[in-house]
Amino acid sequence: MRRMKKINTPHHETPRHDSRDSPTHRQSPVTRAANQREVAHSGQRELSAKASREASFRISVMASSADEPLPALLLFRVREIDFHAALRERYRVLDFYTSGEALPAFLAAAAAAADPPRAALIVGGGTPARVDAAFLDAVPSLRFVFNTGAGMDHIDLAECARRGVAVANSGTVYSTDVADHAVGVLLDVLRRVSAAQRFLRRGLWPLQGDYHPLGTKVGGKRVGIIGLGNIGMLIAKRLQAFGCAISYNSRKPKESVSYKYFATVHDLASESDVLVVACALSKETRHVVNRDVLDALGKDGVVINIGRGPIIHEAELVAALREGRIAGAGLDVFEKEPKVPAELFSMDNVVLTPHVAVFTTESRSDLRDVAIGNLEAFFAGKPLLTPVLPRSWLVEQSVA
Amino acid sequence: MTSSEPPVLPTLLMFRVRELRFHAELRERYHVLDFFTSGEPLHGFLAAAAADPDPPRALVTAGGDSVSVDAAFLDAVPSLRFVFSTGAGLDHIDLDECARRGVAVANSGTVYSTDVADHAVGMLVDVLRRVSAAERFVRRGLWPLQGDYPLGTKLGGKRVGIIGLGNIGSLMAKRLEAFGCVIHYNSRKPKESVSYRYFTTVHDLASESDVLVVACVLSKETHHVVNRDVLDALGKDGIVINIGRGLNIDEAELVSALAEGRIAGAGLDVFEKEPKVPAELFSMDNVVLTHHCAAFTKESRSDLRDATIGNLEAFFSGKPLLTPVLPR
Repeated sequence: MRRMKKINTPHHETPRHDSRDSPTHRQSPVTRAANQREVAHSGQRELSAKASREASFRISVMASSADEPLPALLLFRVREIDFHAALRERYRVLDFYTSGEALPAFLAAAAAAADPPRAALIVGGGTPARVDAAFLDAVPSLRFVFNTGAGMDHIDLAECARRGVAVANSGTVYSTDVADHAVGVLLDVLRRVSAAQRFLRRGLWPLQGDYHPLGTKVGGKRVGIIGLGNIGMLIAKRLQAFGCAISYNSRKPKESVSYKYFATVHDLASESDVLVVACALSKETRHVVNRDVLDALGKDGVVINIGRGPIIHEAELVAALREGRIAGAGLDVFEKEPKVPAELFSMDNVVLTPHVAVFTTESRSDLRDVAIGNLEAFFAGKPLLTPVLPRSWLVEQSVA
Repeated sequence: MTSSEPPVLPTLLMFRVRELRFHAELRERYHVLDFFTSGEPLHGFLAAAAADPDPPRALVTAGGDSVSVDAAFLDAVPSLRFVFSTGAGLDHIDLDECARRGVAVANSGTVYSTDVADHAVGMLVDVLRRVSAAERFVRRGLWPLQGDYPLGTKLGGKRVGIIGLGNIGSLMAKRLEAFGCVIHYNSRKPKESVSYRYFTTVHDLASESDVLVVACVLSKETHHVVNRDVLDALGKDGIVINIGRGLNIDEAELVSALAEGRIAGAGLDVFEKEPKVPAELFSMDNVVLTHHCAAFTKESRSDLRDATIGNLEAFFSGKPLLTPVLPR
């Protein structure tokens, strides 16, 4: 609600002028299309006078930039003030979160505007917006989707490809922070750091002495990584420095890598002390860590998940922990966030974090840069910085 | 507890070995005089040991503030020729006094080094990335209510200043480099084989570090080596990690620096008056506190039993000690 006040502030700081003249505005060259948008904007103001209250609100949001040829941008769940402000400097932002409307109405209004959005920026994870056929039908002007998250499971990539909609994501902006968090959680589980804190903070040290379950040595542990992408490789590099033995499973073996490859997650688990989920969520990986895999991992085994909750069969994991069929777990993601199975709260051998593996102040700043970099590239007809869909689509984009 | 029959096994003085399996293995091999179970005060216990028909030639001690192997102790048990310390530290043994009397000393060598280094890195990651704090947030059921948790800070590029680049410090450096940290250090003199940047004083080290790690022994020189001046040099974004000894840091100054936000956080495995932990720390979310367990894993316990018995056997059979401290 605080942000609404900010949006409704009269635009004193942006006098009517061509954005090309301002050094602080976006650097991309204004194309002929942008000139056309300038014409369309004044038409849009007339249109908005007849529009619903919601549309008027959206236009007032854009009032500060209505006189400038800023491209329209669909926005889902950017709550960070700096990021939001940086986007509003460059784009005519249509923000679902502040629109107060249901998704279908919001998309319909965006599509009906004189300059409908060609780009969308989505913060993945928990957003109701799923970029699927229905979404793309609702906004046929959409040619580019930027996803801020590392995971892409809420975007129907096949459908986007079919329609020639380009997609980019945050690339490797988050990879290091996710890997660091995974290793931190792993160390915590093995060495019982958080459990020791509960012991201490409850005042038990003077009462119970050193009596507290011992942790286990990190070096020599066999770590099996499911998914050896950017994040998996960074995790491997860190754990090697601790003296862990690394093996992995992925769709196919990686030639440049000397770690031992296992063709199935079951086989990987049967020869691992620690199983790390570092893969994307897809049809193939949903519930790939199931009862069978947990049994193969065994009663001294530990599971770490920094991928997506549904990659693990959560109910089976909880049962395995409850019954002592595995030794512990470190989880940053869950099947139904922010819901965490209540049984886990009473366990001392699990470490639970609220989907924060990506959250450092530095990665927030890096994310803003890569998001805006990709959007600028798209609107300027240049190659995307961190494309997900094949580059061949981009060539077609710039021609269109 | 003393046997009335002539002992077949050599006599061993024992302090603070409480782990059952370890205790049992020592009793299989030695005639153990255990201070903890004797129920007597130290003076009486030592006098009785010295009066034993086969007075003890060897001692196993875990260290800690309960027993100091000093001149008075050695006077009380003149038969003592060998001290084995199970702990990583030696600050409870007067090495000069032992050297003067020709008493050999051995310790656990590098049995613990890796585990201590791992634990220190684990605490460091925890403080920077707020792992345990996030854990408390989730366990209190705050996630559905309060949404996202405060941001942590990236590890890569952080300058980590290690005080004391011995076994433990070097192992930590190797691990932290894999995260992209930059290693700085201070020690009595620079290490030639090492490419990390050396600082002659702890103050200078702190002024160019984001994380300050205490990994040195406790001695007259390093007592309160991290003081107000050093904490100020570290600055308000800095964090302190201590896996040395509580007395390496001026604890009162550290607590007030944390309370006043003059430093950003701390990870502490050791305290000035264990098991007493300053109560103010319990209400802080930016500190990680563990109960002097950095050295203790199931595996290091087992390695320690092997190292202890290995050194004792070597001593009693007149062979060279495995991990001697004295003679140097």
